[in-house]
Amino acid sequence: MLEIHDLLNRLEAELKRIIIERQLTDPLMIGIRTGGVWIAEEMHHRFNISEPLGLLDISFYRDDFSQIGVNPNVKPSQLPPQIEGRDIILIDDVFYTGRTIRAALNEIFDYGRPNQVVLAVLIERDGRQIPLCPDCVGASITLNAGQRIKLTGPEPLAIHLQTLDAAA
Amino acid sequence: MTDNLQLNSEGKLKHFLTIEGLNKSLLTEILDIAESFIGMNDQQIKKVPLLRGKTIVNLFFENSTRTRTTFELAAKRLSADVLSMSISTSSTSKGESLLDTIRNLEAMFVDMFVVRHGISGAAHFIAQQTAPHISVINAGDGQHAHPTQAMLDMFTIRQIKKNFSNLRVAIIGDILHSRVARSQIQALNTLGAAEIRVIAPKTLLPSHVESLGVNVSHNLTAGLKDIDVIIMLRLQKERMSSALLPSESEYFKCFGLTEDKLKIAKPDAIVMHPGPINRGVEIDSKVADGPQSVILKQVSNGIAIRMAIMAMAMQKQGVM
Repeated sequence: MLEIHDLLNRLEAELKRIIIERQLTDPLMIGIRTGGVWIAEEMHHRFNISEPLGLLDISFYRDDFSQIGVNPNVKPSQLPPQIEGRDIILIDDVFYTGRTIRAALNEIFDYGRPNQVVLAVLIERDGRQIPLCPDCVGASITLNAGQRIKLTGPEPLAIHLQTLDAAA
Repeated sequence: MTDNLQLNSEGKLKHFLTIEGLNKSLLTEILDIAESFIGMNDQQIKKVPLLRGKTIVNLFFENSTRTRTTFELAAKRLSADVLSMSISTSSTSKGESLLDTIRNLEAMFVDMFVVRHGISGAAHFIAQQTAPHISVINAGDGQHAHPTQAMLDMFTIRQIKKNFSNLRVAIIGDILHSRVARSQIQALNTLGAAEIRVIAPKTLLPSHVESLGVNVSHNLTAGLKDIDVIIMLRLQKERMSSALLPSESEYFKCFGLTEDKLKIAKPDAIVMHPGPINRGVEIDSKVADGPQSVILKQVSNGIAIRMAIMAMAMQKQGVM
């Protein structure tokens, strides 16, 4: 079973490794709303980063606008004015198709050209649809058909494995 | 009258023609989405890809600077292709009918019309006649409605005053000819403002004005008491066919907003004006440029609110 604390510890260790490996200096941490922000807040705290956490809402950059329209709960993104040349740690809760990350990268690059971006996710699941993958993961899992994973939070953070009713 | 023409079968915005018939939650959704577009001003590249590949035509049969340019900028920031046509340069001056103009533009694969017209109901007419996949936004029709102006005003009010429930709002000046005032009154009532007071000489008020849900005053000094938001209207000289006023200077003396009169309202009252302003006619320069004026904020907010409305009207109406 997926235990949230184990996954967070694993992700923290992975991030420590990549910060050294990729020589990230003074990295800017950015969480993707909503679940990604919860994970990012935890990592931001664990790494004792003084610069405020960046918050990214990708609603205006999604590729399914013509199918689902504007998300009425969209919130403004909050990124520091200086993105140009920065090392960025981008954090999300679940990596699935990769489309969220494509949208997030497009939005970040509209704020400026970062030096490098690394992607950290709590859980990577199967079902990738575009050629992107995370650099750090808390766990990689394969789900059965009709299963999905959901994070609830922020207090307490919990992972739920849901099985969708086949008839639904 | 409920204007179902504006909503699709799922109750989502399809056309934006008037505030009438739109409920509080939809108006609030517009304000919320616009709020996020304001955040885009921090981006180096002030553009989002929502309407990439869509074609928007600004169809302006009447002069406009602010409205046309902010609609154009809003469309561009949504990554749409936009062209602005004005009557003086179009073939309507060669006798082409409105409907023929529309049909020809439809044949160029247009997705949205933004319409300003001197005749009330023009945008409704186009919305009824145009191809089903096209959305129509009313950018001002005759003396009927100017709903995007009203929404950007609501946005500016909410930005500063946070909510509507305790607000007393005065709308001052030429209510009779003002499509802006009509839309503002509907929006303020829908969003639940505590009081809407219209202040004007009898000759510049429509005869049925109380039925719109407003209190009426003919005296600026008395009318400004306890007011949180002051909305000045332009004296629409071009629409006055008969002598409704003795003179502009007489009007300024009775209904012009000066620093002294502003003091009668609440100390934190804000002063708004949809523009263009007639300095020294309805508003003194010291007030228009003073610390309580939010007139230029209104202009900036016009971009975000028009982005929100255009994006919402185009959702799920893509190429099927």
